[in-house]
Amino acid sequence: MDNKKVVIELQDVRREFHVGSEVVKALRGVSFKIHEGEFVTIMGTSGSGKSTLLNQLGCLDTPTSGEYILDGVPVRKMRRRERAVLRNRKIGFIFQNYNLLAKTTAVENVELPLMYNSAYSAKQRREAAVKALQAVGLGDRLEHKSNQMSGGQMQRVAIARALVNNPAVILADEATGNLDTRTSYEILVLFQELHRQGRTIIFVTHNPEIAQYSSRNIVLRDGKIREDVENKNILNAAEALAALPKQED
Amino acid sequence: MNFTNLLKVAITAIMSNKSRTLLSTLGIIIGVAAVITMMAIGEGSKESIRKDLSKMGVNLLTIRPGGEMRGGVRLDPSAMQTLKMADYEAIQQEAKLITHISPEVTAAGQVIYGAKNTNTTVYGESPEYLDIKLWDIKDGYCFTEEDVNKGSKVCIVGTTVVEELFGDKNFDAVGKTIRFKSIPFRIVGILKSKGYNSWGMDQDNVMIAPYTTVMKRIAAQTYFSSIVMSALSEDLSDAAIEEINGILRRNHKIKEGDDDDFTIRSQQEWMETMSSTMTTLQTVLVVAAAFSLLVAGIGIMNIMLVSVTERTKEIGLRMSVGARGIDISRQFLLESIMISLSGGVIGVGLGYLLSGGANLIGFPATVPLWSVLVSFGVCALIGLMFGYIPAHKAATMDPIEALRYE
Repeated sequence: MDNKKVVIELQDVRREFHVGSEVVKALRGVSFKIHEGEFVTIMGTSGSGKSTLLNQLGCLDTPTSGEYILDGVPVRKMRRRERAVLRNRKIGFIFQNYNLLAKTTAVENVELPLMYNSAYSAKQRREAAVKALQAVGLGDRLEHKSNQMSGGQMQRVAIARALVNNPAVILADEATGNLDTRTSYEILVLFQELHRQGRTIIFVTHNPEIAQYSSRNIVLRDGKIREDVENKNILNAAEALAALPKQED
Repeated sequence: MNFTNLLKVAITAIMSNKSRTLLSTLGIIIGVAAVITMMAIGEGSKESIRKDLSKMGVNLLTIRPGGEMRGGVRLDPSAMQTLKMADYEAIQQEAKLITHISPEVTAAGQVIYGAKNTNTTVYGESPEYLDIKLWDIKDGYCFTEEDVNKGSKVCIVGTTVVEELFGDKNFDAVGKTIRFKSIPFRIVGILKSKGYNSWGMDQDNVMIAPYTTVMKRIAAQTYFSSIVMSALSEDLSDAAIEEINGILRRNHKIKEGDDDDFTIRSQQEWMETMSSTMTTLQTVLVVAAAFSLLVAGIGIMNIMLVSVTERTKEIGLRMSVGARGIDISRQFLLESIMISLSGGVIGVGLGYLLSGGANLIGFPATVPLWSVLVSFGVCALIGLMFGYIPAHKAATMDPIEALRYE
């Protein structure tokens, strides 16, 4: 593991917010490294600082002190527009509520990140989007609009969108939170498949079950790391899915 | 994001809310249509005045007594008596750049035939007057140079006078004798009808007699009200003015550096004066219409602000996948420009329709092409100006807050 490339490195990251006259310390010195190809779950109750941490990792926010190095690039002193470009090239976001553009086809949704990358021509963009949709098993639903799809399908589109720019890290925020058990497992199967392909995935969740399917689990509490363990016994989501009772029609 | 993509996004956004877009463009549509129609009516009126003025005579030059009036200073009455017979004769003999010349003496009064009477204006002229004014005789003939010399009591009349005195404008009145201020005039000719001019004057309500007769018998004066002439050509108008100016200054013994005691104006100057009056009027109307465009712009800003708030989540998402502030700002700016411009397109169309309608009900209206181009320019500017605040609001959103927005 140690000979692999470090994708994410946090060095004593602290983040404070000023609420009125009070100072809220959301992160109180968080340090860890994530190597290429890891599937890390970050867990914690609400108020543990996991959302703040996710915002740091996603370059949506910058630390008050400490340093965050993403794929070799120090982020803390970057300006807004530089971080936007960094997000565009190195990060794929997956949200709990999918966040697809309304009245827009699957393929157009997936094309979105590449719209902000002038290196891609319209043709290349479309090809990349189609490829990403095929990779998440939606090759036959390219032109479906977001309101014509089920939750699971919408999340697959969102995952394809996160893959399309070939990011250094995929950040998932409660990606199964809005899905029923069966669909959740289907999505987890997809995540494990991406993991097998060597993708680096960070999955933020409050659901302890999901940690069983990742390769490493970090638990946050009160803005600090309480636990950081490697999972020696990764469960197979596909088996779990098969073991689920058959749906009654 | 490149322009094609931006355009696509803007069109999608606009089309996804058609009725609201249409409502927000309504102000622009009305404003632009108003501006275009005002411009068209103004332009049309100018055109029709220009036509009327050119019908007033061929390369017409007019000499009036008195210098240019300045600041409403009252003129010495003697200053109004500066155009004398000697001036007329001198111009007639010396001026090379004019083709026709006629002195003019006018008097208003009642003309009587039998038991009927009507109010008209008698113009004392030379026979050349009809050539200057491009006026033809319908029946009979024009009085002659001899009539002028003798001071004959003959006249030619317009059709309105014929109609008022004889009951029918087609009545053959040649040979009848009518009275103006108790002086009998024998009608020798009847003028072809010219109708009303654009400022509402009946050009057929006239009586034209030899100037000598009018001067002696009616006006009892030894000076002319004015002298009218035709220049050789329109281009030579200014040179002709120059020439006549020289003759008159010499005749009136005006010293170098002193002001003229007469004014020579060409038809072009008349046109310019009339046009500038119309332009002022037009400007006032257009400014009024332009205010409605301003209000329309505020309407667009309002809608765009609502749209930005509604799409907070979309903005957050776009930012999270790498849109920079400037990408977001361009997206909303383009959208507001497109809303404004599409309103402009419809407004121009409506303006054309309204101008056509104005034409039908008797207002001459022609849409000048530049007003269409200016309208589009103004619309784009309005979109840009009033789109700026919403676009700025969108661009400066915090992506974290925006993503969390419900």
